[in-house]
Amino acid sequence: MSMLIGVKGLHKKYGKKPVLKGLNLELKSGRIIGLLGPNGSGKSTFIKCLAGVLTPNEGEITIAGKKVGIETKEIVSYLPERTYFSPNMKVKETIEFFKDFYKDFREERAMDLLSKLDISLDSKIKHLSKGTREKVQLVLVMSREAKLYLLDEPIGGVDPAARDYILKTILTNYSEEASVIISTHLISDVENVLDDVIFIQNGEIALSSSVDDIREKNGKSVDALFREVFAC
Amino acid sequence: MEWKFNSEAPIYLQIMEQIKAQIATGVLKPGQKIAAVREIALEAGVNPNTVQKALSELEREGFLYSERTAGRFVSDNKEKAENVQSELCKQYMDAFTENMGKLGYSPKEAAKKYSEYVE
Repeated sequence: MSMLIGVKGLHKKYGKKPVLKGLNLELKSGRIIGLLGPNGSGKSTFIKCLAGVLTPNEGEITIAGKKVGIETKEIVSYLPERTYFSPNMKVKETIEFFKDFYKDFREERAMDLLSKLDISLDSKIKHLSKGTREKVQLVLVMSREAKLYLLDEPIGGVDPAARDYILKTILTNYSEEASVIISTHLISDVENVLDDVIFIQNGEIALSSSVDDIREKNGKSVDALFREVFAC
Repeated sequence: MEWKFNSEAPIYLQIMEQIKAQIATGVLKPGQKIAAVREIALEAGVNPNTVQKALSELEREGFLYSERTAGRFVSDNKEKAENVQSELCKQYMDAFTENMGKLGYSPKEAAKKYSEYVE
């Protein structure tokens, strides 16, 4: 397993407010990593820096040996917290959109997943429920053959059955060369699929460990540990 | 098969336990092929790396063996299977004794209750 992501001294401020305060991290390929932290801890900001949609104030991020930029966008598949499709688009138009944008997009895979989720290609985005919109977007993001998938709250708005299906989709579609970073606060739902977890607190890394180590050392689940570490 | 996980022990250990139990109880028979890593991962809803780790450990402990291209199989190792069986038996007995103790039965009384129950 090779090194996929290197983060050195990453700082990000919004105005004067520091959000990320010097993150250092190395992540290997072939892992599913949970990015966990309370609201406002900097999870989404960190993911946006990795995706290249925010520019850090200080520090450096490399993905597969390249500095974050145009080249890394080709190998990073990013699922933002919000949907960005025009409400008037039809599902099949969003597929065309992705096909145009990304050369690693696999149309057949997207079609297959959408039909399994019973989502009609002719539906307009604005006519879909919030959960279904999220599913469409996740399907598109996971249908790329990327090196890194960044999923910001991918299961927040969907029902438990769909949640299982989505997690299975993630498990089936990532390859050994790729890694997946999932930010969420629904820890118990994702815990079993994670290799590693990163706890973020006030813009700093509070803990970075494998899930096995956490259970072995503490005799408790990541969910239970999280509740302890971040108890209010 | 159905997989159940508790939230205390590492998942790979729990997968190992459950496969060992299946070997001990004869659900998995010597020479039988084990499903592929991805297949088990999907079925159990866990990470493929976790399944990989569990299976390699089981191989190291001699419960499974792999053949290069064909996959992984259950070893023909009666002794190991019997060890697991007696280990599981002990666990169940301990749990039974403990629970009966909570009800106020001494181990002897519990044994008597049990033999009455199975008659």
